[in-house]
Amino acid sequence: MSTIPTRTPRRTPSRTPTRRLEPGRVGDPATRHDGVPKVTGEFAYSSDLHAAGMLWGKTVRSPHAHARVVEIDTSEARRLPGVHAVLTHEDVPGQKNYGLEFADQPVLASDRVRYFGEAVALVAAEEPEQARRAAAAVRVVYEPLEPVTEMERALEQEPLHPDRPTMSHGYRDDPRPNVVRTMVIRHGDPEAEGEVSVAGVYEIGIQDQAFLGPESGLAVPDGEGGVDVYVATQWLHVDRDQVAPCLGLPPEMVRIHLSGVGGAFGGREDLSMQIHGALLALRTGRPVKIVYNRQESFVGHIHRHPARIWCEHRATRAGKLVNVRIRILLDGGAYASSSTAVTSNAASFALGPYAVENALIESTCVYTNNPPCGAMRGFGAVQTCFAGEAQLDKLATKLGIDPVELRLLNALAPGDRLPTGQQIEGSLPVAEVIRCAAALPLPQAESLPREAIRLPGGAGNTTRGEGVQRGIGFAVGFKNICYSEGFDDSTAARVILRADGSAEINCAAAEVGQGVSDVILQVARTELGTDDVVLAPPETASVASAGSASASRMTWMAAGAVQLACRAALEERKRAGGDEVDVERIYRHARTTPLDPETGQITGDRAHVAFAVAAMRVVVEVDVELGLTRVVWIGTAQDVGKAVNPLAVAGQIEGGTAQGLGLALMEEIQTRDGLITNASFTDYLIPTTLDMPPVESVLVEDPEPGAPYGAKGVGEPPTVVSTAAIVSALRDATGRELARVPVRPDDIVGL
Amino acid sequence: MRCGFWRNVPWSGVWHEDRGVKIRLTVNGEPREADVWAGESLLTTLRDTLELPGSKNACEQGECGSCSVLLDGALVCACLVLAAQADGHEVTTVEGLADREELHRVQRAFVEAGAVQCGFCTPGLVVATAALLEANPDPSDDEMREALSGNLCRCTGYAKIFDAVRLAARS
Repeated sequence: MSTIPTRTPRRTPSRTPTRRLEPGRVGDPATRHDGVPKVTGEFAYSSDLHAAGMLWGKTVRSPHAHARVVEIDTSEARRLPGVHAVLTHEDVPGQKNYGLEFADQPVLASDRVRYFGEAVALVAAEEPEQARRAAAAVRVVYEPLEPVTEMERALEQEPLHPDRPTMSHGYRDDPRPNVVRTMVIRHGDPEAEGEVSVAGVYEIGIQDQAFLGPESGLAVPDGEGGVDVYVATQWLHVDRDQVAPCLGLPPEMVRIHLSGVGGAFGGREDLSMQIHGALLALRTGRPVKIVYNRQESFVGHIHRHPARIWCEHRATRAGKLVNVRIRILLDGGAYASSSTAVTSNAASFALGPYAVENALIESTCVYTNNPPCGAMRGFGAVQTCFAGEAQLDKLATKLGIDPVELRLLNALAPGDRLPTGQQIEGSLPVAEVIRCAAALPLPQAESLPREAIRLPGGAGNTTRGEGVQRGIGFAVGFKNICYSEGFDDSTAARVILRADGSAEINCAAAEVGQGVSDVILQVARTELGTDDVVLAPPETASVASAGSASASRMTWMAAGAVQLACRAALEERKRAGGDEVDVERIYRHARTTPLDPETGQITGDRAHVAFAVAAMRVVVEVDVELGLTRVVWIGTAQDVGKAVNPLAVAGQIEGGTAQGLGLALMEEIQTRDGLITNASFTDYLIPTTLDMPPVESVLVEDPEPGAPYGAKGVGEPPTVVSTAAIVSALRDATGRELARVPVRPDDIVGL
Repeated sequence: MRCGFWRNVPWSGVWHEDRGVKIRLTVNGEPREADVWAGESLLTTLRDTLELPGSKNACEQGECGSCSVLLDGALVCACLVLAAQADGHEVTTVEGLADREELHRVQRAFVEAGAVQCGFCTPGLVVATAALLEANPDPSDDEMREALSGNLCRCTGYAKIFDAVRLAARS
């Protein structure tokens, strides 16, 4: 058995050439076990799956951001050639709504659509083109309603969800319409005055995960009323627990299998085709495959919350922060997704990794008819890091203090308290990370003239370098590792240890490209002292939940569970006299408790499990006349606890940095009245080889006492910090405030 | 995988209405033929008819390079070439780069350098890198960046991909 997804036996067996690569243990820079099938094209992503007799599914979606659904007429679509089923909300046999945390989103819209691209009907046909034509033939009569598109106005407009699905979950009661969640953190004396103060208003555009493998999957009826769904996802068991009730089935009749995942970054936390594919498969009795195209992918998943953030930082003349007052407004879009947790995270990390005695933080997320938002790498901390670090630069300028010194002066350390009252217990080497990043030598300034490709504007050859200014920026970012606020989080692992010493590991952790399957194998080899270890394909039937591949938690949690199960298996086998044993163990991290809804203070020892920090130094060149930018060099130091696989850690840092660069310079979903106007890679730009500079990274290893091997997750901190660091450098080059990302050429030249 | 063995309903035949074009081409050294719809892209034919899903569909408008293949040795996006245009021509996909025993040096370098994460862009980048090194065995960093700028990767930030290209050029 192998964890590598295979397509189906329809093709002749693989002739993949094999090249033996050394299996790594904990701490080794191991190459990926799925590397060879990925470079040969053998690796089966969810869009590559095939089953005999398979039909193609297609989703009919709303062209309106907000409308009443007056009528759905499927008669013409049903008559088209090759069509086997056309389904609407009436065909959903179980629960009509679903959601990651709150079931506020219809499986198929019944009376109202709340965002552009909302699913209204489903079609299954023999051929993809037949499915597309049938979907186009479904006649839906809409009565357009005024869309709620402006966050601040949303708090006064007609509620999109009058039943207030997120209220009474222990959150602060906020009677204003369209509130998803409000939280307030009062820390010390929120009125405390400083000797100096700086203020600013910052805005963050809506960013897309833009994973390269669009949403897709295959649902296969089992002939006994149940269904198997093969899908690219981040959390198999939570998918199952959302799919089964909507199908009206007990959870064991729905089995979710992980197929090859073409990137995730939070965008696969929510469901895409899972319920839809299963509905069509159960109705037609045939396997049904659904593959979104790029345009559909832009409405097929949630996005990073756009935000507006008001800040005031009060400090002493010596630069010590006295009081920070921040108001955060997040646009959650049409449905809740994980917005309540993002709201809280944005607030929890709004001060950055700095010790501040007094603070007032208010964070509010609203429902609108804009694209739904939820989890994306950084999860609320990206937005507040951008604002908070801009404020520190502003304060440094006002006080005439070096920006790095100002950060060191205020750096948080173990033993200090967060604004929620939580004391930092584990490792958090903020000062060391800052010093390491600041000590990285900067590259020499390049002389002119030079190749156009090394100038702002690049191969476009738009400048010869006359207006080019160099800028140097610095930023520090931090966020939590693992789930928070009382979430009962666990990861299960099952180990079959055979008499001959070989082992098979079962863990439902989602390999989304981050390398968790290698972490699992490295841990198992280390604990069992053998290289003869295989990983079973992750699915829901044979092992309990692994939790989500998100919140920088999967390495920690999977390593913890596999370590626990391996040690138990060795003991059991000894007791069994050397015979084969099969043990399952569930790992939990230290318990957290919710924050007080009125004060935002901890109600137990902690609301967060652990933290990680990254600092980044950036060199840019900006053509200040043409508004063109070039990021020349990035140097970063990151607190990783312990690098289980240093090669993979460096890859996470470089990739995470690139996504932050995208938000700083180019990435934003454009909307007009809630309608997305740039749903393609022609119009929504992500960084290319020409946009990415060399990234020099230093891993600061200060083991986390509560974590297996001391390892912290590493995926998010680089994304949290890089947007802030790059814009800091742009400000240095241009002298402009640049309070909104992505920074546009117009902002640089001051149009 | 379980779904492959599911046989309750027999295959009920493909939709012939639009499949009026027969093409004959050489794919990875083997003569192949396919009945295609006149508007069908080479990518669709490779993936869905010729059972070569290694070339990926990530944008279908030539922006991401995930479907990069060689058409008579020239690097193209298979999504922008009509299947009918490939009639009589030679196509090399990622599946055709390795010989039976050995990975292509570019494939090996991508694995060893850690240039693969989710891997969705990898087939396209591997083909594009092979084409680059064929034309320019020792590219400078600028040449490498420019040559691969049509291949998007969302996971790696490209650093390890550049390492892989340098490693492959040396091997």
